[in-house]
Amino acid sequence: MGNRVAIVGIGQTYHKSNRKDVTQPEMVAEAVRAALTDAQMKPKDVEAVFTSNMETFEGMYLPDHMMVDEVGAFMKPGLKVNTGGTTGASVVEEGFHFVASGLFDTALVIGFEKQDCGDTTAAITAAVTPVWGKGVATGAIGEFAKQALTYMQKTGAKEEHAAMIRLKADKGACKNPYAHLKLGLKSIEEVLNSGYLVWPLRLLDFCPQSVGACALILASEHKAKKITKKPVWIADVVTVHQEPFRAGSFGDPTGTEEYSQDIAAERLYKRNGITNPTKDICMAEIYEPSNWEEMSHYEHYHFCEKNEGWKMVEKGITEMEGAFPVNPSGGVIATNPIGATPTIRVAEAALQVRGDAGEHQVTRDVHTAMATALGGPNWTVVTLLKRSL
Amino acid sequence: MAELMQDRVEKLKDLDVFVYHGKIYIPNTYTAGAVGSRFLIEIRDNKKIMGTRCSTCDVVYVPARSVCKHCFSQLDKWVEVSDKGTLLTYTVAGQSNGVQPVDPPIIYGIVQLDGASTGMVHMLSEVDFEKLAIGMRVRAVFAEKRVGSILDIKYFAPL
Repeated sequence: MGNRVAIVGIGQTYHKSNRKDVTQPEMVAEAVRAALTDAQMKPKDVEAVFTSNMETFEGMYLPDHMMVDEVGAFMKPGLKVNTGGTTGASVVEEGFHFVASGLFDTALVIGFEKQDCGDTTAAITAAVTPVWGKGVATGAIGEFAKQALTYMQKTGAKEEHAAMIRLKADKGACKNPYAHLKLGLKSIEEVLNSGYLVWPLRLLDFCPQSVGACALILASEHKAKKITKKPVWIADVVTVHQEPFRAGSFGDPTGTEEYSQDIAAERLYKRNGITNPTKDICMAEIYEPSNWEEMSHYEHYHFCEKNEGWKMVEKGITEMEGAFPVNPSGGVIATNPIGATPTIRVAEAALQVRGDAGEHQVTRDVHTAMATALGGPNWTVVTLLKRSL
Repeated sequence: MAELMQDRVEKLKDLDVFVYHGKIYIPNTYTAGAVGSRFLIEIRDNKKIMGTRCSTCDVVYVPARSVCKHCFSQLDKWVEVSDKGTLLTYTVAGQSNGVQPVDPPIIYGIVQLDGASTGMVHMLSEVDFEKLAIGMRVRAVFAEKRVGSILDIKYFAPL
């Protein structure tokens, strides 16, 4: 392993469907200023700037080139990454690698997406192989409808379980000042009464298109200790790539595929001496565009046995007050500025480790937290954070 | 080696190889934001070209920007700059292209307006090509029908 690296500054914008008041660079600047304020740093204290978003989602090429001034990158090194849905976690990983290598002592990493400027589904359906994906790729909603169908048939989970997850998410979102959808849901019936987007996926079973950005400042050990009294250490990051069905699917209809989440989790746990994930790790912020996907991820990340994700929901284990809270921020189903979404997972997990999550701080003491990212044809990035190394 | 290549080419002839032609269509709606919108509105409604000033760095950005690239200050001090300026550099496009707003030949230039610290990219017209030169003085010619676009400045013409 390289040098130790900590998160020393956390900033995000509030989230909405539309932001007419700012350009894309101006929106990103809000998150950067928030992170700098949190770290009590000036732009000149940042050595390198790394950005990430879903290029083409806004119908624009090289958006990072147009925001150099607004993100404080003028005359600094850095680059932009795009790995699909995981991109906002890949940029954290990239900053982590650079600082761990000793090349930089400080790095600003940014995820952003201004979905009111583009057509996300048009972009997603273009991100397939023209040979056997074109014309049969559905965009995200169709993919997660397939996933929901597969999950309910395989595990016996009921729509009520998905509704419980949605209720849990909304409870968190209502307590999170940065969350997008704050619905104030009172009962699972409200979820079960929402119309189908694509059967069996209901409107309330799926994430919104959000506009927002998230920025983190990373620092090497000796810098981190000077910058903050509450560094959050990046213990490890694991990325696993997969392309199981070419046109993209997040479920496993064959029941025989090895899944990137399983492999990523196994590698992360093995490398970090984690034998009982829900005991050794205190909470998780996972990338769940739909409530059905959240249940599936409980299983793939080994938070429970296979086919029993819905039982964790039934027992309230993953509630904010539960034994293993998942997505107390409200998660992706409440807020999804795609390129920023995985960065927000890391940011929210880090806030929990710091004890600074405010109203949505979980009951359990969080010394170790996990953040996950999902994207493309089932790619996975998992990040492990710790209060002390 | 040459024989091997020849052999491969011969084999390829016997294959049916598909080539897919496509076109990616991605609609987009770029937001000008509050600062960019005010810049465009002043041109549209008042034929005024406005910049934002950073008093710390003594820089006037035209077109108006919300952040100073040198000191990262948020800029909220608006200043009107002249509609006259100096041609910093130029090029001439002779071939037409779908995205060009007018027919070629088009003179593209970078103009630094009096009072601005920065140059801005635009087009020149009414120019005697023989006299086209770096350093020439130019003025903004506004479009009669203005809609809130950078092309509300129709072009820059020699003074």
